[in-house]
Amino acid sequence: MTQWSGYLGLILQGALVTIELTLMGSVLALIMAFLAGMGRVSRFIIVRAIATTYIEFFRGTSIFVQLFWAYFVLPFAGLSLTPLQAGVLALGLNVGAYAAEVVRGAILSVGREQYEACTALNLGRWQGMRHVILPQALLVMLPTFGNNAIELLKATSVVSLISLADLTFQAQVVRSQTGSTLMPFLSVLIIYFALALIISWGVRTLERRMARGLDGVRV
Amino acid sequence: MDWDWNFVREIMPTLIQGVKITILATILGSVLAAIVGLGIALARRSENRIVARSVGWFAEFIRGTPLLVQLYFIFYVLPDIGILLPPLVAGVIGLGLHYGTYTAEVYRAGIDNVPRGQWEAAKACNLNGRHTWTHIILPQAIPPMIPALANYFIAMFKETPLLSAITVLELMNQAKSVANTYYRYIEPMTLVGAFFLVISLCSVVLLRWLEHRYGRIER
Repeated sequence: MTQWSGYLGLILQGALVTIELTLMGSVLALIMAFLAGMGRVSRFIIVRAIATTYIEFFRGTSIFVQLFWAYFVLPFAGLSLTPLQAGVLALGLNVGAYAAEVVRGAILSVGREQYEACTALNLGRWQGMRHVILPQALLVMLPTFGNNAIELLKATSVVSLISLADLTFQAQVVRSQTGSTLMPFLSVLIIYFALALIISWGVRTLERRMARGLDGVRV
Repeated sequence: MDWDWNFVREIMPTLIQGVKITILATILGSVLAAIVGLGIALARRSENRIVARSVGWFAEFIRGTPLLVQLYFIFYVLPDIGILLPPLVAGVIGLGLHYGTYTAEVYRAGIDNVPRGQWEAAKACNLNGRHTWTHIILPQAIPPMIPALANYFIAMFKETPLLSAITVLELMNQAKSVANTYYRYIEPMTLVGAFFLVISLCSVVLLRWLEHRYGRIER
């Protein structure tokens, strides 16, 4: 057996890059999801059209194509991105488009009577959204957001193809240096799975905490 | 950033060759995913606790780890134990196995949606296990799942560019190779994006139709 500790260090470095990408991508995805999701239920047709175009475009082309486009084509348009920036941008915009549909669905799932109650209480559109609709919709979105975060984590492996040293990239490095195939790929698969489990556990915990104040709201 | 139509005309034949492989991989992958999914769904309902548990965990593991790493695993690790697969076969197995774990959930939901009374009626008619499945349960369970299954097949189609990482000469790989030869990234990458966008916009229409045709559950 070769000196595994050194290679394990390499893989753990990759894990850090993957975690960093997942976190930054999730933040961007969350922002885009709320912008586009609320845009889809906007009063103004222009806003709705922009949001729909964004969502259909990013859901329609695959993450891989978007990443390559961001990394190889944007420099010709005078916008050079580092692999990390391109990765966060592509991942965030792609997963944000999927999550935007979740936001829209959750907002629409809040019952009509809640909107009527907002009107009856003379709340403005924003006030109603902020204090009545979103707190209820958020709980509906959360489980699916967890799934989206796991999808994002899995999609981060694609950035290894634009030479960003994430888990998958390091597994390839270890493979080419040691010639051993089973150990690097199996350990990387296990790390990805562990990260996915952590995300789903975190989302479940968050869900329980958020549901606590809303007892009896949902029948 | 200037667009050159002559260059587009020049590279079109190469890209169309890639499109053929992309479509072939999607079709084969979909067939495999449909079969694997049914197998997993049935195994998880097995009377044997150990079989049901271990298949469940296996599916969970595959769903929680990136397709790209699984493809590497199939492509690099299996030859070490004597199974040498051509790239396309390895890719189809990877796609089929990965999406099989997703379609398994669709089958599970579809089977659970068949009312209990149907099972009891089958028992009352003295049908054996195999006849109950093939004549009573599956014919009722499958039509409502068709839209959800189609959704996953479209998702799989958008993941086929990953096969380029294991040297399958599909659309993305052809685009990359012409881009690297001529050092022009704008046209090939944009064409790949446009191709995926057009296909998935068409598939949205197809999905609507499928939902209209099969989506309703009659009780």
